[in-house]
Amino acid sequence: MIELSVNGQPRKFDGDEDLPLLWYLRDELDLTGTKFGCGMGLCGACTVHLNGEAVRSCVTPIKAAAAKRITTIEGLSATGTHPCQAAWEKHNVAQCGYCQSGQIMQAAALLAKTPKPTDAQIDNAMDGNICRCGTYTRIRAAIKTAAGVK
Amino acid sequence: MKIAYGTSFPAPENKSEIAGLTADSYQQHPGAYAEVETPAVFKVDRRDFLGAILSASAFVLGANLAAGSATAATTTTWQPSVYLGFQPDGTVVITAHRSEMGTGSRTSLPLVVADELDVDWKTVRVEQAIGDTKYGSQNTDGSCSVRDFVAAMHQTGATARLMLERAAAQKWGVPANEVALRMGKLTHDASKRSAPIGEFVAAAAALPVPAKTELHFKSPSEYRYIGKDIAIVDQHNIVTGKAIYGMDAKRPGMLYAAIERPPVYDSKIKNVNDTEALQVKGVMKTVQLPPFKQPHLFQQLGGVAVLADSTYAAMQGRKKLKVDWDVNPAHSSFNSAGYKQELFASVHKAGKTVRNRGNFETAFDKAAKKLEVDYYVPMLAHAAMEPPVAVAEFKDGKVEAWCPTQDPQAVQQSVAAALGITPKDVTANVTLLGGGFGRKSKPDYVVEAALLSKASGKPVKVVWTREDDIRFDYFHSVAAMHMKGGLDSSGKLESWLFRSAFPPIASTFAAGTEYGADFETGMGLNEILFDVPHMRAENCPAKNHVRQGWLRAVCHLFHAFAIHSFVDEVAHLNNSNYVDYFLKTIGPDRQVDLTKDGVKPWNNGQSTETFPLDTGRLRRVLEQCAQKSGYAKFANSKNRAIGIAGHRSFLSYVASAVEIAIDAQGNLTIPNVWTVADVGQTVMPDRVRAQFEGAAVFGTSLALMGEITADSGRITQSNFHNYPVARLKQAPQKIDVTIVASSAPHAGVGEPGAPVIAPALTAAIFNATGKRIRELPIRQTKLV
Repeated sequence: MIELSVNGQPRKFDGDEDLPLLWYLRDELDLTGTKFGCGMGLCGACTVHLNGEAVRSCVTPIKAAAAKRITTIEGLSATGTHPCQAAWEKHNVAQCGYCQSGQIMQAAALLAKTPKPTDAQIDNAMDGNICRCGTYTRIRAAIKTAAGVK
Repeated sequence: MKIAYGTSFPAPENKSEIAGLTADSYQQHPGAYAEVETPAVFKVDRRDFLGAILSASAFVLGANLAAGSATAATTTTWQPSVYLGFQPDGTVVITAHRSEMGTGSRTSLPLVVADELDVDWKTVRVEQAIGDTKYGSQNTDGSCSVRDFVAAMHQTGATARLMLERAAAQKWGVPANEVALRMGKLTHDASKRSAPIGEFVAAAAALPVPAKTELHFKSPSEYRYIGKDIAIVDQHNIVTGKAIYGMDAKRPGMLYAAIERPPVYDSKIKNVNDTEALQVKGVMKTVQLPPFKQPHLFQQLGGVAVLADSTYAAMQGRKKLKVDWDVNPAHSSFNSAGYKQELFASVHKAGKTVRNRGNFETAFDKAAKKLEVDYYVPMLAHAAMEPPVAVAEFKDGKVEAWCPTQDPQAVQQSVAAALGITPKDVTANVTLLGGGFGRKSKPDYVVEAALLSKASGKPVKVVWTREDDIRFDYFHSVAAMHMKGGLDSSGKLESWLFRSAFPPIASTFAAGTEYGADFETGMGLNEILFDVPHMRAENCPAKNHVRQGWLRAVCHLFHAFAIHSFVDEVAHLNNSNYVDYFLKTIGPDRQVDLTKDGVKPWNNGQSTETFPLDTGRLRRVLEQCAQKSGYAKFANSKNRAIGIAGHRSFLSYVASAVEIAIDAQGNLTIPNVWTVADVGQTVMPDRVRAQFEGAAVFGTSLALMGEITADSGRITQSNFHNYPVARLKQAPQKIDVTIVASSAPHAGVGEPGAPVIAPALTAAIFNATGKRIRELPIRQTKLV
């Protein structure tokens, strides 16, 4: 039995401990904001927070999340107004939108640790998240808006 | 043979039933191909509207869709058009009948209705249509959603506005021309009366539908929304994780499927051992899918499916399958290295002439200077962020599907053909698409889900892994191109031969076809706009060994690379640069008549009267781009340089300049891209800019690193580690997009930004390093 906390809710899981966290969130909890993109930790569409750190849920076995705080896009803010979410809306970042939950979770983890990131810090933090629509310039702009830097 | 790509015309009502789909009937199907008028706005049976509302509430998509009001519909709903309905309380419901994959058309087309009608956009509900021929074509590809339907949307809005105004005038006893609908309120200024739409819905519904000649259309200065930057309707749901994509569809009691497909194209199962697969916890059964029959069309590939109670269990079970394949020898010999030589051999011989002007041979013989070069662009995969996925439920001889599809009517046809039912018995619900780029107009993955639901008696969700997506794509064709140019003593390009060989998309629709369909040769090969007196274009044969399909910008990707690289090369041969030489060679501003060269212009299925091949528009975007980027005075050096290209595609005129930086280790970055695009009129300028920003990144991906190869018929690449796409650091760091103000008809937006990037980028590399890259991807060339 694994005890978990998902978006502040206590959860218990007693299945395959190697189950990737992604599929637990999506198939069992219906938290479908976290997306499947590659299954190898290469694209970042599945990014969630584990104790505030951005992790790739597609390669994180559920046992690695035991007793840790899991936060998904649905739990990032109660009202959908986290500074990153607001900035993403301001810059009309999303095209298809599929990767953007992961992008926002990645950016939110960056800003939690580094409230005023430099360009290089933004680039390094976000380089693991692929956007096939090519919204990168707006992602960068939105992060700066959320951080209040130029 | 007719193949759907970008020639999108609504189907007439009376041809909507297609029973027993076969290859022939598919090709003859008028749905996406027939040239007919845009549908007239007409009154719709009330039951249709109620049905639509109820089905929408059963599967709610998007920010503006509230489920609760469905039951409020009473006998006084009114649907003046298939695209527009009113509830008794005046709530405006606008149907988005095209698929949303990131271009914004799910917002922009309804926005046009709302603006022309003149209601408050914030109060409008946008409802996603199921697949139904009554909407006209829903085949969302070819960069044509706005172009093909903007007029119908204006007509829809204007018709409803006039009927509401007449209803109010009747009730108030005033002349109809004194009543105006403004921001959702009927007003009569003289008597200072004003009332919301809801009061007149029932009365308007009883009025005769006015003729188109009676309608009054807003002038552009009266638009409230068109031409402004409006957020897409799904934006808030996207940033909060609530937006529903195909990957997120779920049905009660649903099984999950993972499918092991034949590793070599068109191969069959010899033997399956599923013992270990069935021992995986959660796995319920395995099902063998039938092989397809040529031509491929949108059939599934065949293989062995593992059905389980979760996605993960299905994937784990699949790994334990042992399948022996009866490998097709016609395709198991497909090796990309050898195939490349075959393609070059093909273009080094005369091919089928697809354009002829003057006499190339005679002129080339007499040329003072000659240039003869080959270009090569490899096979590509779409790799949309959401892999193919679908949920289907077979029940009582009918199928309901929930899927990210670019073409729900193709879902109906393809599922019906596979299951031996009629398209009418297939309900195709369209979710948001996590990217499409052409892949999701081919609904083989929905067919898989439907077959598996029938086999298992339960709803089934088929999830493709990224590996499946990359290995079993409808691949963008590999292409070899051969160019010969002859210059006179003044350096003017007098003669030009352009040969191109690529396994055609046509082969997906007629097995064994080795020459491109009209839409393929019409994308770049036979429509060069330069004023060269002796030109010939030839399409040389190539056999397919995989499924070929269209990918964003299609043949323009390789043809534009060859054309503009060649122009850049000829320019340098003359000690000139691309822009100066282009301006010299394009000739005076004119409309190019391809029929004089024996070409029936494909022109995206549009007439050249409405959409002429206008050299002036091309010249102007190039000049403007050169000016914005400082091209002429750019100080090219070994670690900083610029390149540029201008091209007409999808009826739009686009020029991009790409600035590169190369460090001492040869690492390349792209500090700037400047794009100038003349796409005619626009509805949502911000989404147009976004498409050109995205196209610059898409073009960067394929130019720098895009390459799919095959070895013994098996695709070598599998995921983003060996089929990389541009990441944030590799993508252009700044993209400056200028949309030219234009009153010309709406032209393509989603695709035309992509083709210019590769030739501009390789020209920049030449300007920095002197290395001429004629074969993509760039990453295989050491830059220092």
